[in-house]
Amino acid sequence: MSPAMIDLLWQGLLETLQMVGISGLLATLLGVPLGVLLVVTGPGHILPHRTVNAVVGVISNIVRSTPFIILLVAIIPVTRLIVGTSIGTAAAIVPLTLAAIPFVGRLTEAALREVDAGLIEAAQAMGATPLQIVVKVLLPEALSSVVAGLTITIVSLINYSAMAGAVGGGGLGDIGIRYGYQRFLPEVMITVIVILIILVQAVQTVGDRLARRLNKRVKG
Amino acid sequence: MIELKDIVKVFDTPTGPVEVLKKVSLSIRQGEIFGVIGRSGAGKSTLVRCVNALERPTSGAVFVGGVEISRLDGAALRAARRDIGMIFQHFNLLSSRTVFDNVALPLEIAGKSKAEIQQTVAPLLDLVGLADRADRYPAQLSGGQKQRVGIARALALKPKVLLCDEATSALDPETTKSILALLKDINLKLGLTVVLITHEMNVIKELCDRVAVMDHGAAVEVGEVFEVFSDPQSEAAQTLVRDVLNHDLPQEAARRLRPGNPPGTNPVIRITFTGPSATTPVVAELARDVGVDVNILHGHIDYIQGRPYGVLTAELSGGDAAVQAAFAHILGKSLKLEVLGHVAGND
Repeated sequence: MSPAMIDLLWQGLLETLQMVGISGLLATLLGVPLGVLLVVTGPGHILPHRTVNAVVGVISNIVRSTPFIILLVAIIPVTRLIVGTSIGTAAAIVPLTLAAIPFVGRLTEAALREVDAGLIEAAQAMGATPLQIVVKVLLPEALSSVVAGLTITIVSLINYSAMAGAVGGGGLGDIGIRYGYQRFLPEVMITVIVILIILVQAVQTVGDRLARRLNKRVKG
Repeated sequence: MIELKDIVKVFDTPTGPVEVLKKVSLSIRQGEIFGVIGRSGAGKSTLVRCVNALERPTSGAVFVGGVEISRLDGAALRAARRDIGMIFQHFNLLSSRTVFDNVALPLEIAGKSKAEIQQTVAPLLDLVGLADRADRYPAQLSGGQKQRVGIARALALKPKVLLCDEATSALDPETTKSILALLKDINLKLGLTVVLITHEMNVIKELCDRVAVMDHGAAVEVGEVFEVFSDPQSEAAQTLVRDVLNHDLPQEAARRLRPGNPPGTNPVIRITFTGPSATTPVVAELARDVGVDVNILHGHIDYIQGRPYGVLTAELSGGDAAVQAAFAHILGKSLKLEVLGHVAGND
């Protein structure tokens, strides 16, 4: 493989890391609160609100059911509004984030629902406010599962980022399609796939280890 | 201290509304240990949860320390709840927090400073005997230890009332004893009013001053524990008492009982000894002074709140006149006498 190709792959890796890293971070910051909102406004929870719950639920389902490649082009005007351009790595981060928010939201929702209702009741009996219940009980108790959910999200983002080439986002997936497939350079294709496998493995391993360390429900 | 007035609670279920509490009124005194007992589904759990407004009565009022808690909301309710500690059947400890941090939680919620939390938690862990477990996580503790953490946590804000929701039902008998002793100790040391709900009559017997017996959503009997045990009025109380005191006739004796009073049979009587009369040597007196033969079928003595309570079932023989004299003698000692039936003399 030529030094130029190695350089290209290195650039692609950095772009992938940039896209996944930033969109993963933003999706966490926005998706976790979304998950909290979905849980606490649910029937019988600490802040039940049928309308808010239904509206937020439907919107997040609409985003989740739109195929990513369509979402990518459909929201180009929004992307231009936010980052000033509709092409390039920065432009790819907007749709990646948007797709990941409801994903994180639903995984967080599932994690928070696992928290024993007795704990919420105990906190209420202590005179806790709804915010205190979320911050001191729900999130810490569900943290291990939330981290497991975020690991899944990041792996999915690595996957989705391969489509970012459609808006000139670059990244490893884009190199794989343009060089490996369209120019028929199988060694490039294989290298891209191997790097992605290593990346996904690394993310999963770190995520699993972190989730295990945060889980105090087992002895040890 | 705690007044429950005409509490009605109706739950809407898919099969229609269910009345769980039917006009329950109770008055719980400052500093006493008050037990609420009943079978599962009797409504006792709902009742105790009305005391800290985890459950709102459909109608009726709940007063704690003169404040109508059932009307409070928002910040006022949260402030009122800080005066009421609660412990649970399944402990409800945060698995992500250490023992120390679990006990610190109510203090954090109340906005106490780090220094204050440090000062409060350590003596509480001492009180419940877990000072050396401060850094453990709940998963590393036994059931009894978890409940001790629950108790320390419930006491953190120096409440005036402690609610115990089936606090020992998930524990083995040995651990139950030690937890009950701890609750008694706390009640005496801190002058705390304790409301305890349970389905175990033994817990009431060991610990409580007064008891309310719940049955199908109603408080069918309320009184001193000794009175309810020694002379249960309601059917529900009688059933519960029978479970622990077990003064039913042995099957063998019950099989021989004949209804009515056919000639040539002997009466089977049950004598109940309570209070001062419990120490009367009545069997010896009957044999020696009255001249009847006493064939003891069953008997035992129990101590309820330190007061002896005994039940003796026996067959009397020696002729009608002697038996009548024996009845008079027993009643003269102000003992409770019941004739359970008759058995054939030669059976």
